[in-house]
Amino acid sequence: MSQLSPFDLARDAGRHTHHFHGGLKLRHNKRISCQTPVERPPLPDILVVPLLQQAGDIARPLVEAGDLVLKGQQIGHCQNCVAVHAPTSGTVEAVEDRLMTHASGMTGLCVIIRPDGKDQWTRLEPLDHIADISPARLARQLQECGLAGLGGAVFPTHAKTLDGHQRQVHTLILNGAECEPYISCDEMLMREQPGKIILGARILRRALGAERVVIAIEDQMGAVHQALAYAADCAECTQITVVKVTTIYPEGGERQLIKVLTGLEVPLGGRPSDLGLVCQNVATAAAVAEAVSEGKPLIERYITVTGNGISRPRNLLALIGTPFYHLVDACGGYTGNVARLVVGGPMMGYPVSSDATPVVKAVNCILALTDKDIAAPQAEMPCIRCGECSRACPATLLPQQLHLQVNNGLWDEAEEYGLLACIECGCCDFVCPSHIPLVSWFRHGKDMLRQRADEAQATTLARQRFEAREVRLLRKKQARAEKMAKRKQMLQQKTATAQQTGKSAKGPEDA
Amino acid sequence: MRSFQTSNAPHMPQQISVAKVMLQVLLALVPGILAYTWYFGPGILVQILLATVFALLIEALFLRMRGRPLKPFIDDYSAVVTAVLFALCVPPLAPWWISLVGMLFAIGFAKHLYGGLGQNVFNPAMVGYVVVLISFPQAMTAWLPPVTLAEHSIGILDSLQVIFTGQVPIAGSWDAITQATPLDTLKTGIDSGRMISEIRQSPLFGDFGGLGWEWIANWFALGGIFLLYKRVISWQVPAAIIGSVILLSLPLWLADPDSSPFPLQHVFSGALVLAAFFIATDPVSGCVSPRGRLVFGAGVAVITLVIRRWGGYPDGVAFAVLLMNMAAPLIDRYTRPRIYGEKPDGRDKKNE
Ligand code: SF4
Ligand code: SF4
Repeated sequence: MSQLSPFDLARDAGRHTHHFHGGLKLRHNKRISCQTPVERPPLPDILVVPLLQQAGDIARPLVEAGDLVLKGQQIGHCQNCVAVHAPTSGTVEAVEDRLMTHASGMTGLCVIIRPDGKDQWTRLEPLDHIADISPARLARQLQECGLAGLGGAVFPTHAKTLDGHQRQVHTLILNGAECEPYISCDEMLMREQPGKIILGARILRRALGAERVVIAIEDQMGAVHQALAYAADCAECTQITVVKVTTIYPEGGERQLIKVLTGLEVPLGGRPSDLGLVCQNVATAAAVAEAVSEGKPLIERYITVTGNGISRPRNLLALIGTPFYHLVDACGGYTGNVARLVVGGPMMGYPVSSDATPVVKAVNCILALTDKDIAAPQAEMPCIRCGECSRACPATLLPQQLHLQVNNGLWDEAEEYGLLACIECGCCDFVCPSHIPLVSWFRHGKDMLRQRADEAQATTLARQRFEAREVRLLRKKQARAEKMAKRKQMLQQKTATAQQTGKSAKGPEDA
Repeated sequence: MRSFQTSNAPHMPQQISVAKVMLQVLLALVPGILAYTWYFGPGILVQILLATVFALLIEALFLRMRGRPLKPFIDDYSAVVTAVLFALCVPPLAPWWISLVGMLFAIGFAKHLYGGLGQNVFNPAMVGYVVVLISFPQAMTAWLPPVTLAEHSIGILDSLQVIFTGQVPIAGSWDAITQATPLDTLKTGIDSGRMISEIRQSPLFGDFGGLGWEWIANWFALGGIFLLYKRVISWQVPAAIIGSVILLSLPLWLADPDSSPFPLQHVFSGALVLAAFFIATDPVSGCVSPRGRLVFGAGVAVITLVIRRWGGYPDGVAFAVLLMNMAAPLIDRYTRPRIYGEKPDGRDKKNE
């Protein structure tokens, strides 16, 4: 009986669409920011470029205070992660710790640049004839251009590409299903730059050695479908398909999207490449196209500035390092009283305490909410086990049980009940009638589980080291004993021969 | 530059709250309660009011004793739901202290001594009901006949008098106004060797269950369907209870129609429909996963049938619910849904 493995079944990605468990139909509130074409705001007075913008290591600064930098010049180098570049030309004012754009509100090393207003480029090094360039060279170019996933996870693109190539993935999924309410930057990008996305798709496909590209968009993005289909109508664009998926939060989550496109699930603790798939955001693909065909590093991105707290909500093409207030000003400033400023969408976004926070590669949306948009904080009640959370959970977890387990420190149970499979989508939080901050509990719980795993690993390592040492000592001892035994034997033999010949009667012990 | 307050996601107003859920449950009970009043007089309304007042007083008392704030807990309506469900289970003219005792055990013991809202192992309304049923069997079996069959009509003032003073207004006595329930009649009839077809000749019976009772059950079912539509309850528990009752009583009835009631008679008798939609669906003391809820419902159905057939009480729904409450944590353990990406045989994960 020949049964296809999930790896091979996944080759059919996008031919039919499927459903995932749970999820929510949310009001998307996207239209308000899609009315005007995307523009670049004027140059800001100051740019604050964090040296840590992606998952992984922090980059080492290549400049110091007083240096002149050109637009696109590398200012941060990183062996294992990606480079950081100057978003415009100007003077480095300082390299110092500043508040970073991060949920934890921590500080980190940033390069502060005072723009000179000339916006003068450094020399760029594009790659031509992508069909002739090796995947490894493409990956290096991506790393040097500072490419990281623009969907929010900011995983270094080159690493994902190399890994995918090594694991012989067959399909590249470009994620244009922007499921969080309010955010429309990917939609605008797909409308305005479809050619770049398709070119990026081809480059990534080449770098991965994949066969197919599936671009997933939401079923309500009519104009986008036309634009992409038109751009994908070229000789080199075979095997590039645009698929509409039903708008239901969080279908843009990597694992949910894979389920929708293939009907298959990424194994627990595994990666999409287990199914022969690699997911990239559409904005990443566009940035890849620029990095390869123009040599342009990742120094700007599409950002949605929206919410009832913004006078003229819209999308902007913003330089990395631009303080939020500058973008808000470019949108006509705040209206009335803004109660909360959120990075990202209302479901998974995090609030920031100051609008001097700079744009980084991971920021796709700045959301200014008024009192009306956020409910008055409601008292947290005990869990009534109503099951709304498990009904909504796209990972098919039982959040009510996980909450209990995390709360009581039952880590083994929490692990068994799949805490680590939680994607922190916030569906459970949103539907909970008791207003329990479930996701916050789960983040804490996941940290604890990881910490525990690390500790367990450390103990195992220590034990292994200890055992190895024991074994080594034992072996030494044995070797010595063997050696002695051999010598003894040899001597005995010698003695025996001597005795036979009658020369000596001395025992080996005396020898 | 401006600074802002920070606070957890979601950054969107949430629509539901515990109070809203409970209010929807109460709303769904209204048609059934009106039908009850129509068929059995206004006594039930007095019982509901009494139980509600006692429930809130006892809730407040225990919250105070536990040093908890009154505010979010008193107005979450959960105590009111418990009170109304309890009142629907006691005879309409039961004396006032039945409610007091019942609520003391339901709210005070079953709920607060276990840790309050969300912590109770047992369904509070059913604990209260079973306590009074066992302690005061006489008061708890004084049921009324449907108004159409009653010789004396009992109005609101008469009801109040009976409930608060125990004085029966009409010359006769208790016997003149009370009547065994259809399930009682059925049980005693079968026990004394009569055939069901004979027993059903009594005017107490309607098309399926008891006269009046079956219509009340219909209206409760309607309320239940409203809750299903509003997604306040999930379909698994009611479907499993009603489905299992039908499936299990069918062969018994086919084999021996003289002493086994036919399936729909089971469904429309006693508190089964009320329990299926409103009592066994109590999330706190039930199961969490969909499969677990199916098992839970089936268990309630089996135990109810066993008690109705062989037990000492004519209706066993309350006992069935309480027994399954005990089993719920165990059922939950074995019916955890498969996690996204988990192997179909999830439990072997650790041994891999
Ligand atoms: S939604 Fe909230 S109250 Fe309901 S079961 Fe989940 S955690 Fe408990
Ligand atoms: S945050 Fe985690 S537990 Fe909650 S719904 Fe999303 S995946 Fe499920």
